[in-house]
Amino acid sequence: MNKIETKNLNLYYGTFHALKGITMSVKANTVTALIGPSGCGKSTYLRLFNRMNDLIPGVKIEGDVLLDEKDIYNNKGMRIDELRKKVGMVFQKPNPFPKSIFENVAYGLRVNGMNHASFVEERVETSLKQAALWDEVKDKLKKSAFALSGGQQQRLCIARALAIEPSVLLMDEPASALDPISTAKIEDLIYELKNKYTIIIVTHNMQQAGRVSDKTAFFYLGDLIEYNDTNIIFTNPTDPNTQSYVTGRFG
Amino acid sequence: MISSGISSLAVLLIVIFLFREGFSLFSTSPLENKNIIVVNKTNPVSKLNAGQIKAIFDQEITNWKDLGGNNDSIILFTINDISNYFSDEEVGAEFEFLPDKLNALVDSNPTMLAVYQDKYLAKKFSGKIVNVAKNNIPDFIMGKQWFPTAEPAVQLGVAPLILGTLLVSFFAILFALPVGLATAIYMAEVADERLRKILKPVIELLAGIPSVVYGFFGLIVIVPMIHDVFNLPVGETALAGSIVLGIMALPTIITVSEDAIRNTPRSMKEASLALGANKWQTIYRVVIPYSMSGISAAAILGIGRALGETMAVLMVTGNAAVMPKSLLQPVRTIPATIAAELGEAPAGGVHYQALFALGCILFLITMAINIWVQAISTRRKMNK
Ligand SMILES: Nc1ncnc2c1ncn2[C@@H]1O[C@H](COP(=O)(O)OP(=O)(O)OP(=O)(O)O)[C@@H](O)[C@H]1O
Ligand SMILES: [Mg+2]
Repeated sequence: MNKIETKNLNLYYGTFHALKGITMSVKANTVTALIGPSGCGKSTYLRLFNRMNDLIPGVKIEGDVLLDEKDIYNNKGMRIDELRKKVGMVFQKPNPFPKSIFENVAYGLRVNGMNHASFVEERVETSLKQAALWDEVKDKLKKSAFALSGGQQQRLCIARALAIEPSVLLMDEPASALDPISTAKIEDLIYELKNKYTIIIVTHNMQQAGRVSDKTAFFYLGDLIEYNDTNIIFTNPTDPNTQSYVTGRFG
Repeated sequence: MISSGISSLAVLLIVIFLFREGFSLFSTSPLENKNIIVVNKTNPVSKLNAGQIKAIFDQEITNWKDLGGNNDSIILFTINDISNYFSDEEVGAEFEFLPDKLNALVDSNPTMLAVYQDKYLAKKFSGKIVNVAKNNIPDFIMGKQWFPTAEPAVQLGVAPLILGTLLVSFFAILFALPVGLATAIYMAEVADERLRKILKPVIELLAGIPSVVYGFFGLIVIVPMIHDVFNLPVGETALAGSIVLGIMALPTIITVSEDAIRNTPRSMKEASLALGANKWQTIYRVVIPYSMSGISAAAILGIGRALGETMAVLMVTGNAAVMPKSLLQPVRTIPATIAAELGEAPAGGVHYQALFALGCILFLITMAINIWVQAISTRRKMNK
């Protein structure tokens, strides 16, 4: 059974054809890396799954996007906020709220009506532990999230996404703004989280894709060029474009 | 460069001029027309202030003991009473005998308080000139009586005017802020681009309407409405002023807070939405807290607009210089007072100087508000 699937998916920004007939499926509890040169549509594709593209005026979507084999766009029974509870997202730049560390993590619980104090406290703690941040912040939960380093902020954002217990985690270049040590921490984290979550990660870092992902999808100019097991994509790709991109000889 | 130098110089000169005129008030006496107050030399009272003089003339104080003297009734004498004591011949055709007669009168009446001009002071004066306290800053700011043309001593208490100004402005903002904020949120977060393109110029237009027009609107619509709804004798009240000022402050509040709201980073809103928050939760929990300093700047700028507004308030508040006790009473604001009274105050007189001093107070209040805005916006820059 596929956790996530798109079938002949086309997306237009106005008249610009950004995703061209993408058909692809992702199994549960795997990590899938989306790679490709800048502007090829990786973020656009990622943002399909929590319907973030809906916010942009002029976006037109054709084809099917399925989560747990149910269509998430043409489905009256699927509320967007319910969908987004199931599909968490971590953005490229850490974007904590101007609130305390605790309230950042509790945010998703509160907006979804889970306000019981001891329950919230427990969830905040587990999420911070899952994001490997608990030991660093447990004594300053009331402090502003802005007081954390960039790497800590990004792990806070991961904890924030985990707190509402999604089943899918979308990560758009989650480590691109971070130093190597923070990056390594995030990568370890992704490896850990795979047990509980289905993860799709956009990255420009080939080593990173190789290290963390089970499957890799190579996008180019809105097309899905090649999608296969990560070790095949990196060692023995079919398409010459993929070959030159993963070996760094691209354009 | 040169032009900014010239304009700062001009502003500086205006401020200096304003304060020089205003402060000259505090070296003058509240007694009009070079009047002096004379008592018998045996009278222990030797000092009076403007308020006491007014109370004596209003017959609120009729006994010397209320002024720190003996338990005797005050016999009040002004120059108009002269015919009760002396015939025209005794005074003389040219009033040449008047000084001596006045002196004799006070000499023979130990409980008399006489007010006359200093040119009628006798050569061999044997009474006592009462020392009248000069106009001073504490009495000016804290005094509750504004009778700038009272005879013989003007009453220059501006507390009712300051409070009237603050009251009307405060409630103006209280009315305008929720409406303005709701509009700003609607424009920044809800309305689509097309609607926004219509709304924006309309709101800017609102800012350009002359204040007399708002005044007329208030007079024709708001004042009768208040009159009917609250069943009042007059509809010209602080409430009317607050509503009209609130409407006038709306464009400022809307524009500034819409800007702040629009400045909320997209990533902040996306983070909230991605966590399953709906649009309203996102606005309420992320957008408003994030733009709070911009919104407070909008509120303060709105207050500033309300504080300085003259014409419209003048037209709808009823202009009674009394300590405001409720919104449903007439009040008078500082700008309205200056505008209404400057024309009839003789240049250089006490009244004229007092109006300038009022101008100084208004200037200080608005300056404080500007500094406050600056402080908030620098804090906002530092937060980002
Ligand atoms: N809001 C938008 N309106 C119009 N065009 C857009 C919008 N967002 C993205 N695009 C276009 O769609 C294409 C795909 O963009 P996308 O952000 O998905 O690329 P990406 O692969 O994530 O690139 P990068 O690696 O630089 O993040 C680009 O050509 C981009 O210019
Ligand atoms: Mg991208």
